[in-house]
Amino acid sequence: MTRPTTIERKLTTGNEAIAEGAIQAGCRFYAGYPITPQNELCEYMARHMPEVGGTFIQSESEIAAINMVFGAAVAGARAMTSSSSPGISLKQEGISYIAACELPAVISNMMRGGPGLGNVWPAQSDYFQATKGGGHGDYHLIVLAPATVQEAFDMTKEAFDLADRYRNPVMILGDGILGQMMESFEMKPAKTRQPSRKKDYILDGCKGRKPRVIQSLFLEEGMLERLNDKLQAKYRRIERELVRYEELNTNDADLILVAYGSSSRIARAVMRDARVKGLKIGFFRPMTLWPFPTEAMRKLAKPKRAFLVIEMSAGQMVEDVRLSIEGRAPVYFYGRSGGGIPSEEAVFAEVRKALKKARSKVK
Amino acid sequence: MAIKQKTIDEQIIVAGFGGQGVMLLGKIIAQAGMLSGLDVTWIPKYGAEVRGGTAHCMVRVSNLEIASPLVDFPNSLIVMNKLSMDKFERLLRKGGIMIVNSSLVDSRATRSDIRSYYVPANRIASEIGDVRGANMVALGAYLKARPFLKIEKIVEALRDILPSYHHKYIPLNEKALSEGARLVEGRS
Repeated sequence: MTRPTTIERKLTTGNEAIAEGAIQAGCRFYAGYPITPQNELCEYMARHMPEVGGTFIQSESEIAAINMVFGAAVAGARAMTSSSSPGISLKQEGISYIAACELPAVISNMMRGGPGLGNVWPAQSDYFQATKGGGHGDYHLIVLAPATVQEAFDMTKEAFDLADRYRNPVMILGDGILGQMMESFEMKPAKTRQPSRKKDYILDGCKGRKPRVIQSLFLEEGMLERLNDKLQAKYRRIERELVRYEELNTNDADLILVAYGSSSRIARAVMRDARVKGLKIGFFRPMTLWPFPTEAMRKLAKPKRAFLVIEMSAGQMVEDVRLSIEGRAPVYFYGRSGGGIPSEEAVFAEVRKALKKARSKVK
Repeated sequence: MAIKQKTIDEQIIVAGFGGQGVMLLGKIIAQAGMLSGLDVTWIPKYGAEVRGGTAHCMVRVSNLEIASPLVDFPNSLIVMNKLSMDKFERLLRKGGIMIVNSSLVDSRATRSDIRSYYVPANRIASEIGDVRGANMVALGAYLKARPFLKIEKIVEALRDILPSYHHKYIPLNEKALSEGARLVEGRS
């Protein structure tokens, strides 16, 4: 992929769009270990990182990769790693450390079927891991959920800015469909981004200034709690400032389909089809999974309205939907797992079932 | 462009053995679609093995925004081997078209509510000079049966997708495309 000087339409995979987005965002350090379905990302980085004077490392393991990213972030680089589900599990200790040290980093996870080594087909079963911590301790990642190749590209660029703004790791959470599919998208002229503020915390040699320390071990009484209070205050700020979602045809909807990422595209197709058939179906898509659009969902919970959550998992995001709605409306779920993909036909059948169940509840 | 007046909503599955160029065939359709100003998606599906295993890709080309990139029920099917025909013929929408590589498939379609075209793609590609052009013969036949993309756009797409050291094979590919189209000519 060449970097254009005018807006150009490109046909590329989600994985490559993420890699190119990262390079354009000023990412100059990438470490990763190959795993399907995200190898195109590593491959792209291997080929193109040297062109911009950046560093590409195929590490000896996923654990090594996240710790290299940890080190690069300490030194002030815009740094990234990527993997798919089993590999992301391996990275959790490092991610917890990066969150504790309040360092910026971007992690891409193109989810595949699990648990265990699983398979190489698309899944969304790492939602809990991504949004509820994953590693140990009270921390959060910012989790962005692109649904198209365009968004994969745009959100990756933004991820680096968010990571710097909040000094927090950001995860791009996609799946095997998004990673491997090719789709036409618009690439705007490249402009290498830079952090808006000077990084006044990095360890880049202390000659002429006071030494700095970056650490996540706090044994003195009360110190670790103070760190946690500070982190929680930051997380509340992120919740206020960063929530993103897309909402379509919700005003008159009897039933609202809720989905993110690739399954949201199936839900969107079903919503369109259902509207043509005269059914009042709406569509809600969280674009940030953490922070979750809790308030926006709560406002949609009205009498005589139901929700149907579609996921490629046994039911994970549905828990956040239920927490948001707090029993004000029925919330139904349909999912496939282990690499299964919901068909439009099956989702449509679930829509009809949910409408029927919701109506019988109203009576 | 008259071709853009109608709704274009091609939902294609291209299937065959790994190594027959089915992924590339799908990519070329997608790239040519994008070059024609249409919205396109392409999804590969193959086993852990590459060469020799079964592989297919799903391609969508539309003049409307594509909601789902997945193809549950194609309206066009290109099958390069018997296994693929057995697997996908039943999924084809009523009135859909099926291009069959009759060099490797000795049976006929079991359905009568679809239009099937039997193209000896391997034989023709070999006669032209390279059996690896079988996918292009099939593509030529497909675009004759379903003329929603111009051949010039396919050639442009080949130039975009093939690495430059393979550009010398483009004339051979063009020949394969036109031979494939010729087999479908005058048939419906």
